[in-house]
Amino acid sequence: MDIRVDGLTKIFTKARTPPFVALDDVDLACGGGEIVALVGPSGCGKTTLLNVIAGLTEPTSGHVTVDGVAVTGPGPERGVIFQQYALFPWMTVRENVEFGLRLRGVRRSQLRGVVDHYLELVGLGDFPDTLPKELSGGMKQRCAIARAYAVQPVVMLMDEPFGALDAMTRVTLQEQLLDTWGQERTTIMFITHDVDEAVYLARRVVVMASNPGRITKIIDVDLPYPRTQETRLSEAFVASRATVWREVWRPMVGGEAL
Amino acid sequence: MLTRLNRLPMLAYYVATIALGFALWSILARLVGNGLLPPPETVARAFRSEYERGAFIDDIVASVRRVTLGFVIGVTAAIPFGFAMGWYRWGRGLLEPWVQFFRTIPALALIPLYVIAFGIGEFPKVLVISVATFLPTVVATYQGVLDVDGTLINAARVLGANDGTIFRRVVVPSSLPFILVGARISLGAAWGTLVAAELIAASSGLGYLVQRSALYFEVPSIFVAIITIGFIGLAMDRAVALVHRKATHWQERR
Repeated sequence: MDIRVDGLTKIFTKARTPPFVALDDVDLACGGGEIVALVGPSGCGKTTLLNVIAGLTEPTSGHVTVDGVAVTGPGPERGVIFQQYALFPWMTVRENVEFGLRLRGVRRSQLRGVVDHYLELVGLGDFPDTLPKELSGGMKQRCAIARAYAVQPVVMLMDEPFGALDAMTRVTLQEQLLDTWGQERTTIMFITHDVDEAVYLARRVVVMASNPGRITKIIDVDLPYPRTQETRLSEAFVASRATVWREVWRPMVGGEAL
Repeated sequence: MLTRLNRLPMLAYYVATIALGFALWSILARLVGNGLLPPPETVARAFRSEYERGAFIDDIVASVRRVTLGFVIGVTAAIPFGFAMGWYRWGRGLLEPWVQFFRTIPALALIPLYVIAFGIGEFPKVLVISVATFLPTVVATYQGVLDVDGTLINAARVLGANDGTIFRRVVVPSSLPFILVGARISLGAAWGTLVAAELIAASSGLGYLVQRSALYFEVPSIFVAIITIGFIGLAMDRAVALVHRKATHWQERR
């Protein structure tokens, strides 16, 4: 398994407030080039889990290994996509994608070709010299995806990457992500609060609940890839979505706090 | 009418406001009487006679030199201090009390100490200006570093950047707009302390010209110095503003 999470607990302590249990003894394993979606209400610790795997947050206890190596900090074998795009605004699209490649010591002569390939992959081939401020939200996120894929990570961690986009753009980017994934076959861990999105993209949906943050159920989505917009209309899709919805809503309706 | 007025090119407003200013000045001068507020044409004649006196150009050169030198030294020194304060906790703890302390002390109050310590040459004069330009840029740089988006730092880290790279390629460019705003404020402070700096036994300079003219009650010459300072200051500010605009063209603007 590419990502293995064992007994992960994260407690945030702040002066004058009771400690907040963001993650309570979480176990999870995923890999083999699958897409796993994490869904759950706010405060269920899904972002915290992703940040611990990314090496951006230290766990209180438990540990994470990626490709058999214990995570002690961030590393380029784990690509991260942030909801806020996080493009460097003073760099052009090309320079943004180059950033990680240069750090990996890719030679200048090869740089151009690699960047062009990934820009083409996300459909930004015509905008290499554009600044982020001139891009739409969807294009910004596509640039961020190209930047993350360019360093060829083993796993891709995505934190509500399409959360700030309008519905149509979101659908387009979901399709494009599946396309890219079809070519790169990286394991993707995808956080979303959109159940439709989770079912459409993922082979498995991990449902989380809050207070304390934990995994309540892992649901297999039995829909073959490649998935298309037709898939969304199929009975199997509707059934899977219903299963996930029930699982997401059950603890909340149970009065466990929203 | 007001919406129509909003559509003129910016230059038209500049010309209009300057013309209005001159007209107002002209009227006021006639109301107040000649001794205290000379009318524009008297000041124009004073410009001519100052120029013919010969030392006027030397005064301009001396002042521009002091301001530029003080400004460059002050701003250049301020940037590493500001970064240290914004980036390192120890930097903030050790430096902030001093910066805040010296920020409230008027440049004028320090001049006797400079004279005692460094005499009456060029150095204490430039030092007065350097100190005055140092403080705004330190505070601006410090704030700029604090304002760096944490997500950008994380984005760099997950792409494999170490602290040095993050500093050079994320923190520095991201705080550049703040630094340049600090530099603009510092430039104003530099000209603002020029007259004070030239209180130190100066024998040339626009600040010196103000003092000499005051001594002999040559009110038109005071205006000559003030207007010259104003225009050179404006020109230098435009230059810094241009650098600012070029260097931060990547910023989203309203």
